[in-house]
Amino acid sequence: MSTATLEKNDSGSPSGAADSGAAHLITVTFRIRRFNPEVSDEARWQDFTLEIDPKERVLDALHQIKWELDGTLTFRRSCAHGICGSDAMRINGRNRLACKTLIKDIGPEKPITVEPIKGLTVLKDLVVDMEPFFQAYRDVMPFLVTTGNEPTRERLQSPEDRERFDDTTKCILCAACTSSCPVFWNDGQYFGPAAIVNAHRFIFDSRDEAGEQRLEILNDKDGVWRCRTTFNCTDACPRGIEVTKAIQEVKRALITRRF
Amino acid sequence: MSNHNVKIHKYDTVIVGAGGAGMRAAIEATKRSRTAVLTKLYPTRSHTGAAQGGMAAALANVEEDNWEWHTFDTIKGGDYLVDQDAAEILAKEAIDSVLDLEKMGLPFNRTPQGKIDQRRFGGHSRNHGEAPVRRSCYAADRTGHMILQTLYQNCVKEGVEFFNEFYVLDLLLNEDEGVKKTAGVVAYELATGDVHVFQAKAVVFASGGNGKFFKVTSNAHTLTGDGQAAAFRRGLPLEDMEFFQFHPTGIWKMGILLTEGARGEGGILRNKDGERFMEKYAPVMKDLASRDVVSRAIYTEIREGRGCGPEGDHVYLDLTHLPPEQLDAKLPDITEFARTYLGIEPYTDPVPIQPTAHYAMGGIPTNVQGEVLQDNTTPVPGLYAAGEVACVSVHGANRLGTNSLLDINVFGRRAGIAAAEYAATADYVELPEDPARFVLDEIENLRDATGNERVVEIRKALQECMDKNVMVFRTEQTLKEAVEEIGALRKRYRDISVQDKGKRFNTDLLEAIELGNLLDLAEVTAVSALARKESRGGHYREDYPNRDDVNFMRHTMAYREVGDDGTESIRLDYKPVVQTRYQPMERKY
Repeated sequence: MSTATLEKNDSGSPSGAADSGAAHLITVTFRIRRFNPEVSDEARWQDFTLEIDPKERVLDALHQIKWELDGTLTFRRSCAHGICGSDAMRINGRNRLACKTLIKDIGPEKPITVEPIKGLTVLKDLVVDMEPFFQAYRDVMPFLVTTGNEPTRERLQSPEDRERFDDTTKCILCAACTSSCPVFWNDGQYFGPAAIVNAHRFIFDSRDEAGEQRLEILNDKDGVWRCRTTFNCTDACPRGIEVTKAIQEVKRALITRRF
Repeated sequence: MSNHNVKIHKYDTVIVGAGGAGMRAAIEATKRSRTAVLTKLYPTRSHTGAAQGGMAAALANVEEDNWEWHTFDTIKGGDYLVDQDAAEILAKEAIDSVLDLEKMGLPFNRTPQGKIDQRRFGGHSRNHGEAPVRRSCYAADRTGHMILQTLYQNCVKEGVEFFNEFYVLDLLLNEDEGVKKTAGVVAYELATGDVHVFQAKAVVFASGGNGKFFKVTSNAHTLTGDGQAAAFRRGLPLEDMEFFQFHPTGIWKMGILLTEGARGEGGILRNKDGERFMEKYAPVMKDLASRDVVSRAIYTEIREGRGCGPEGDHVYLDLTHLPPEQLDAKLPDITEFARTYLGIEPYTDPVPIQPTAHYAMGGIPTNVQGEVLQDNTTPVPGLYAAGEVACVSVHGANRLGTNSLLDINVFGRRAGIAAAEYAATADYVELPEDPARFVLDEIENLRDATGNERVVEIRKALQECMDKNVMVFRTEQTLKEAVEEIGALRKRYRDISVQDKGKRFNTDLLEAIELGNLLDLAEVTAVSALARKESRGGHYREDYPNRDDVNFMRHTMAYREVGDDGTESIRLDYKPVVQTRYQPMERKY
């Protein structure tokens, strides 16, 4: 295990939040899972110790490391406020978005561990292969299907019908749920929670006419029946979606054929 | 030298970028031609997803409205620098554009009758400024997220072919007797470090904005003006780059966007005395005046000592008088941002805000078909642009809220159709000799460089320089300082080195390239702003506080010139504004 240390945050912090006069810097160790197959086939842990404002995001800490200590540290990110879904990672053993996790909230007095999400092939450091995840998403027909002539104006939908699937429209496809699921860890063929959430979003949309087809897809041996209701996905969702409940609703719809 | 593996691909149409404009274009182009979409990010990571408040269209679902009023508001909002033919298309096609999205599945909020619900937004008015009108079609405060998801879903449905995490670094043009024609693009594959040449009959740039040259910004880390910079390097002009929008309500110091929809729902801006100060600046529209007006008002309050907090450097967005149920139903995401990042409960406490760099009104000039212009009038055959990367110009000197989600849909669609139809009849233009040369050299040079300068230092200096000198208030002196400092930073940039020398997911190298683009565009912005000796929309010169229609009712066109000795400079030219129905008037809210 190697250690790099940044003594002082004199070249400034990545986000503006730490520039306020009131910022109190604390010393935090980040223990990061590193892997670069261009260098070695073995993954390893590396510690970085920083002086940082605990109100900063974990993403800010990763940036500080990348920009000031080790430019080879690799992770995905874009919007930095929990909307784009790029930076799901395993922080202190729990899936979170690095940009939505404040350092003060995750016990900075002990080393903070940061690893790639599980169940998807690691390509480099915190970057995983997202293709299997998006393939499962594409497989559930994640688009509105209608038949007959289109109306001239909008299709009507009551506020109550719209509310029925509101929760599952929030999904940002970050994979925090799917990669927290023990069933998915053991068998990557399982569609996983995110794909089911996105099927739910259409199955319970009053305008859609392909609910039966989607249910058949999810009735497959790798479909909803693999879910063991561990609630890991619900805990992991950075958008607060009740993922397990959505999966249960799909299961119930499969039994009752009512949705 | 090169141990790089260059791969050659051939498509009818290549779309660069997979945000709203790129995917809207892709849906049309894929139906009509063999199309590839090259995108630096996975499509659903695009910054369209961060847009919150809504998409304007005069559906008249909840009160009287029509597209003519929308056209007028857009032109007035843009301080009459808007090309009026384009604004009319925007407002007219808005209605079908929203209905198309609904039919594609977009879950808009609904009225009790089941129609698409609409809400108020800044600068949108009934009957030419009489009172605010409910024109914004929305899905809670995640309208952009829903548009991005819906377009991606429909790309899946149409079988659009994506090349994810392919970063386009060069535009290939073939010049024949002084006329440039499109031959393709060159992309860098992040996963492998390979370089790919895409030969194409038609190319659509839809690569987004360039707000990351500011420090306090609502923009994603990845919004680095890659498309604008590539076009500019190849001798194409950039239009109206001095016009950059500062959104009034960014989270204090962080810049994270809090939608104007918060004020549309009744939120109020207050200074340290609790005063609703917008009444002084915009007696009719108040907190819903256009964004440039509100941002200037906020900074005026701060400068005159009425800012909040120990340093008096922000004001409050007050939502405390709104029922919690309304905040939960209409503004769930932004209230959560306040809780997550500030530890503030918006039910009971006002939220500290400050203006945040938000949107580039300028960009690659196009006509209303989305064709890119190589001068004031001549299109580049086969080259198109749409969305924030482009300047058509429907936003003029200041964009109205909800007109950008509209812009990407109306002009993304137009560009996608036009590009594919062009590709259906055109022949391939021959690739230049050694087409990947520029990109291979750039990558090689950056990777092998051993200079002492660091990307983070130069980027930080650039962002601080832009915040200090090229923000809401500008003067001759601040702009001269900016031009000088950016020039110095560009020199320092030549001595940068990156630590990551590998090929696989080299984001260290990527950030270095992005910084080069930001430096180029910052310089164009500052130079264009220095030359515009008037105040109009988002460009406010304290030394020239009035709009000057006699001398500056015209678009800036900036060109990169390279002298015989290799020295680079920026040449400014101007283009007339298209005026049809509306004569310029004084702008009051």
